[in-house]
Amino acid sequence: MTTQYFLQLVISGLVVGSIYSAVALGFVIIYKATRVVNFAQGELLMVGAYVCYSFLVQMHVPFWAALFLTIGFSVLLALIIERLILRPMIGEPIISIIMVTIGLSLVLRSIVAAVWGTDILVYEPKLFPQETINVGGVPVSLEFVWCFILSILLLALFSAFFKFSKSGVAMRATAFNQQAAQSMGISVKFIFGLSWVISAVISGIGGVLIGNINGINTSLYHFGLKVFPATILGGLDSILGAALGGLIIGILENLSDGFFKAYMDLSGVKEVAPYVILVVILMIKPYGLFGTKEIERV
Amino acid sequence: MHFCGDFRTTYEKDIEILQTPTVRIGVAACLVFLVVFPFLVKGEYLWVGLQILIAVIGAVGLNILTGYTGMISLGQGAFFGVGAYTTAYLTTKMGLSFWVGVPAAGLVTAAAGMIFGIPSLRLKGLYLAIATLASQFILEWVFLRWEPVTGGSFGIVVPRPSIGGYVFESDRSFYYIVLAITVVMVLFAVNIVRTRTGRAFTAIRDHYISAEIMGINLFRYRILSFGISSFYAGVAGALLGHSLKYVTSEQFNLELSVTYLAMIIIGGLGSILGAIYGAIFMILLPKVLTVLTGKLTMLVPGAAGLAIAMEQGVFGLIIIFFLIFEPDGLAHRWKMVKAYWKLYPFSY
Repeated sequence: MTTQYFLQLVISGLVVGSIYSAVALGFVIIYKATRVVNFAQGELLMVGAYVCYSFLVQMHVPFWAALFLTIGFSVLLALIIERLILRPMIGEPIISIIMVTIGLSLVLRSIVAAVWGTDILVYEPKLFPQETINVGGVPVSLEFVWCFILSILLLALFSAFFKFSKSGVAMRATAFNQQAAQSMGISVKFIFGLSWVISAVISGIGGVLIGNINGINTSLYHFGLKVFPATILGGLDSILGAALGGLIIGILENLSDGFFKAYMDLSGVKEVAPYVILVVILMIKPYGLFGTKEIERV
Repeated sequence: MHFCGDFRTTYEKDIEILQTPTVRIGVAACLVFLVVFPFLVKGEYLWVGLQILIAVIGAVGLNILTGYTGMISLGQGAFFGVGAYTTAYLTTKMGLSFWVGVPAAGLVTAAAGMIFGIPSLRLKGLYLAIATLASQFILEWVFLRWEPVTGGSFGIVVPRPSIGGYVFESDRSFYYIVLAITVVMVLFAVNIVRTRTGRAFTAIRDHYISAEIMGINLFRYRILSFGISSFYAGVAGALLGHSLKYVTSEQFNLELSVTYLAMIIIGGLGSILGAIYGAIFMILLPKVLTVLTGKLTMLVPGAAGLAIAMEQGVFGLIIIFFLIFEPDGLAHRWKMVKAYWKLYPFSY
């Protein structure tokens, strides 16, 4: 494996990984605040990508306006989902919550297929310049660079939000102890809604970024399934963990794929590598790199 | 007439499977119906009946793991695949008969399930669900890539069973084999949940720490539960393969796992009867939807594409509705209906 090939794998891994990070961040925010495991995270990304496509290509809205409209749509969608589907499920066992989000994912998937069809759609005009630049001897498309920068920016923005803003602190308080938070005057209902909104917005933007590079089709929700290895690696309730976990999974999946292709003549390792890594992490360190260890005593 | 009130005076009476004459007659009627069923209908309806019987095996197995032991598995679909490929390999590449292939499929799948169940030593709830999700994807990948055994993306053509010179080629004759296996496996499940093992499973589900204090070896029973449920999945998968006469990797995707989870949730977690109701419901649902969309297409031309896209969505909606409005499942609703008539005119 040449150094250049290696670098190329790492760079494309970083780009895909930064999208995983964004989706994983959305997952962690919902899990942290509401203890809901959202199996429909990838579908939120897919819906964002398709809605932005509609505004941008079918209605010829300029990019920034389209992005804001998409964000608005995500907010609305998240509020509807939270109010109609997740709120009646508060206090239900974990299997019900997992299944309800799986049901939600099927509904979202079929709506997307019904509205936009199943063909591959391409963003036109492209959002970012198409030139390539040179990073350490490896040609890298500017699209990738932008995509990476925007994802990292998004992660930084929301980390700052949690650290410094009033709502962010309220969200952390709710995550820590719901009853105590409520007795201090925090509206837990508002926090639950807010966490879904933030999560849907982040995922939606992730969808726009990925749609811009690869085009969009109905299998985009696979990004949501890659969230599990990323969040488990980072720790289910850690925002920093989600960011790092996404990047690490992105790089590892690309490297293992490249390695097996080059030396073992085995293609398609990419699809399975994150899950093998997932099982290994679960066996060694189930709470991940930065997750809270839930200690059980009798 | 069975009056309200509990008149059972011995433990034997208390753990009886068929407790009242009504139930005995009902079960007997059901069995008679199942036996004559192939002569009442033909073609597609017979095929649906066959699929329901196979689904009952799978759902009952999953309910032992998820409903009784409380461990969520998102990998049941892949275990179906392990069973189907095992019997396909044994019958076509090694020339063994169906009668060896199906039990072997059960055993191999049970072994696979126990291996993938090892994480349950340390994980439960959400983490275990994610671990089984991983096993689903890993197994799917193996099905597609391990070409010498699985035939890769081409799949394997599987024969129907035979005894001596007689081949069970028609769906009708194959139906009886499946019916016999289903009845035996359901009876086994009903009995296993009444035994020491079944009670240990329930104890682990309800409070695993208390169960451990009572002397239940958590790891052993969790692995055992995985083994039993995978055995059921393996047999069901093998029968599915023989009924379709064809095994490919796409059949055993995550959607199949989700369908089986939906079956036991809609039917009722922790209830053998519930698993049966759920299996019937989930197999009939797409058929009913197909009929409805056919009618819709006649009324509104051009709606066909839309209807096909929405089919999955309807499936999702039904899962959501059941979880919100009927979380205890059909078995529980049925109990309420029975109680209503038993207690009438008193509501308690």
